[in-house]
Amino acid sequence: MTKLKTFAIGGCHPDKHKTTSDRPIEDAGIPETVCIPVCQHIGRPAKILVKKGDRVKTGTLIADADDVISADVHSSVSGEVVKIEENIGKTGYPEIMITVKTDGDDWEESIDRSPETVADITLTGGEIIRRIRKAGIVGMGGAGFPTAAKLSPPPGKKIDTLIINGIECEPWLTADDRLMREKTEEIIIGAKILNKALGIQNAVVAIDENKPQAAALMQKLTRRYVGVNVAVCRTKYPQGAERQLIAAVTGREVPPGCLPADAGCLVQNAGTAFAVYEAVQKNKPLFERVVTVSGDNLDHPGNYRVRLGTPAAYLIEKAAPREEAAEIIFGGPMMGQSGVNPAAPVTKTTSGILCFGAQSVFRPQPTECIRCGRCTEVCPQGLEPFAIKNLTRRGDYQAAKKIHVLDCIECGSCSYVCPARIPLTDYCKLAKYEIRKKK
Amino acid sequence: MLKISTAPHCYAKADTRSIMRDVIISLLPAGAVAVALFGLAALVTIVTAVAGCVFFEYACCRWWLKTKPTTGDFSAVVTGLLLAYNLPCNMPLWMTLIGCFVAIVIAKAAFGGIGKNLFNPALVGRVFLFISFPVQMTTWVKPQLFDFLNTDAATGPTTLGLLKHLDGTASATISAASELPNYEQMFFGYVGGSLGEVSALALLLGFFYLLWRRVVSWHIPVYYLGTFFILTGVFWLTTGNPAAEPVTQLLSGGLMLGALFMATDYTTSPMSKNGKIIFAVGCGVLTFVIRRFGSYPEGVSFAILIMNAFVPLIDRCCHPRIFGTGRK
Repeated sequence: MTKLKTFAIGGCHPDKHKTTSDRPIEDAGIPETVCIPVCQHIGRPAKILVKKGDRVKTGTLIADADDVISADVHSSVSGEVVKIEENIGKTGYPEIMITVKTDGDDWEESIDRSPETVADITLTGGEIIRRIRKAGIVGMGGAGFPTAAKLSPPPGKKIDTLIINGIECEPWLTADDRLMREKTEEIIIGAKILNKALGIQNAVVAIDENKPQAAALMQKLTRRYVGVNVAVCRTKYPQGAERQLIAAVTGREVPPGCLPADAGCLVQNAGTAFAVYEAVQKNKPLFERVVTVSGDNLDHPGNYRVRLGTPAAYLIEKAAPREEAAEIIFGGPMMGQSGVNPAAPVTKTTSGILCFGAQSVFRPQPTECIRCGRCTEVCPQGLEPFAIKNLTRRGDYQAAKKIHVLDCIECGSCSYVCPARIPLTDYCKLAKYEIRKKK
Repeated sequence: MLKISTAPHCYAKADTRSIMRDVIISLLPAGAVAVALFGLAALVTIVTAVAGCVFFEYACCRWWLKTKPTTGDFSAVVTGLLLAYNLPCNMPLWMTLIGCFVAIVIAKAAFGGIGKNLFNPALVGRVFLFISFPVQMTTWVKPQLFDFLNTDAATGPTTLGLLKHLDGTASATISAASELPNYEQMFFGYVGGSLGEVSALALLLGFFYLLWRRVVSWHIPVYYLGTFFILTGVFWLTTGNPAAEPVTQLLSGGLMLGALFMATDYTTSPMSKNGKIIFAVGCGVLTFVIRRFGSYPEGVSFAILIMNAFVPLIDRCCHPRIFGTGRK
């Protein structure tokens, strides 16, 4: 029994609730209309290329990246553009969305729809990056950072290790787990492609020990691919966070204020690696993804292949809700956002849609801090959330900055463990917001 | 209508109430031993102290602090239990109630209530009673196993009282040495003393429960007892003074109760691991100094209270390692 890898500081163990890990990925089908936001990534919104009344095919470019830190957006269905206007998205804020009324599913001819797995990588590094940019691929774990930009690290930074993030440490979510079990080889090829783009020979697929089938399959198949290895990690939240994952896999810690590239690492989500495979080998832009639809209010939770822009309500209806939803979460329960609008669409970064009934949705009343020290114990960044809370309450954001609040990764561990139910993560977020506003 | 909240959307099971409930459970074995050894009087003292503390907590919240009463979090019950465990069983009830008043109203509510107090409330209550009513606070009933009415109510000195005599004149030394209990009696608790402090076994049982429930970490008790044991041992070996025999010292007086349950109090101990170690070593050193060179036989209460005062300073100096800095 070898010692499993994990990160050194903090961490907690929320209940897993991975009830959908045995449910194969199903096709969610095509809704009557899709609402595709033009900004599903970090950076500038994409420039809209279509107008009302235009006909689009599945995979047609409908909005063009406006900057290096931006991403192309493609239509996920074929049909007619009926509206281009602001709608409430998953963040709760209005976003510009392109609404397409569906009629059938007519794909762009350039997309290779054959079922064969293509293992030979014929493109050069530069061509690969261009292909990834054209496909509109962004970090699909939740951050939404444009992948092509990430693959071009700032000059002077040398990357030696690519880490494929198959940790999926959020409770309830199983989309990456299923994808790694069903598209194992494609993900490995995706890793090889990314390696080639970076000009390196070393990729590690990191999987938590709570996904033994995915880990076993991955270990079996990586034997055939030189330069791709598997690291099984000891389950601990938030192992899927970029910095914690690098620490777990390589033992290197990214210093405060630095980028993963400073530690010679680049992390890509398993779902992103699959999207890269599809883009480079099959010429398929990113217009669908796997989404876990789960939560205690659903009779038939599952993992679905979903066209981007599909309303959350459409998926919840498919999963047979028991009663009226009390809360809908986009993402996982530790870091995800509660949705205001049940019709808000699935985007490139939506890994899960969770639907909870009234009995399990509560916001506990905070009581006084009893100085138990648990927040400090679990903080994976080594911060002292109780102290940040005290300073933030006083409005002393500069003092909070001195105790490294800007290093907070907002993983939610402190709020999760606090026995007094103090929203410590919220205080950290507020302090960060106030500090950045002043700049 | 959808509910909206910020992340995280789930919470760990342990809350303030469940933690306090665990502490209460962990204190039950020591309470059972107290009732078995000291009879009904012990039970009456415990019930009075708990009731008194809960009442004062409720009254303070209701009429003074004007907040929602925090009696529901059981923290006052814990204070009451700990206060009772620090009293002799034949304490007059009105004095016990004064102790409750001092603990809850002065040591806790006056500082702002739960989580804000600088000093351990139960210890403040105990020390107040000790200074105000020295005779009653040092009249120790000899334990009578399962004699619940404890009809004899014979009194006798505590182990530490005897040890203090060993320091004294030659004639006193001989009689005191012959009265000293053996290790077994001390470990199981068949000795004179405060209600809850006598049985090291019962206290350890409770503490292991807390460790298992992950309510406390082992750092404070181990460093506290370790420091004290080593200092006393070195003193004993170098001077040959029989009063400093380290195992007897370790098992006697309020040391076990103090190190396991009073020094580990969340509110009045440091937050960081390093801070906890400094705090515990300080408690150990002070307990040794007071027991050895002070005029009181017992030094645990004062040692912990003095170290309580240093907690804000320790918290200011000790921080966890920030991710990505200072390793290797």
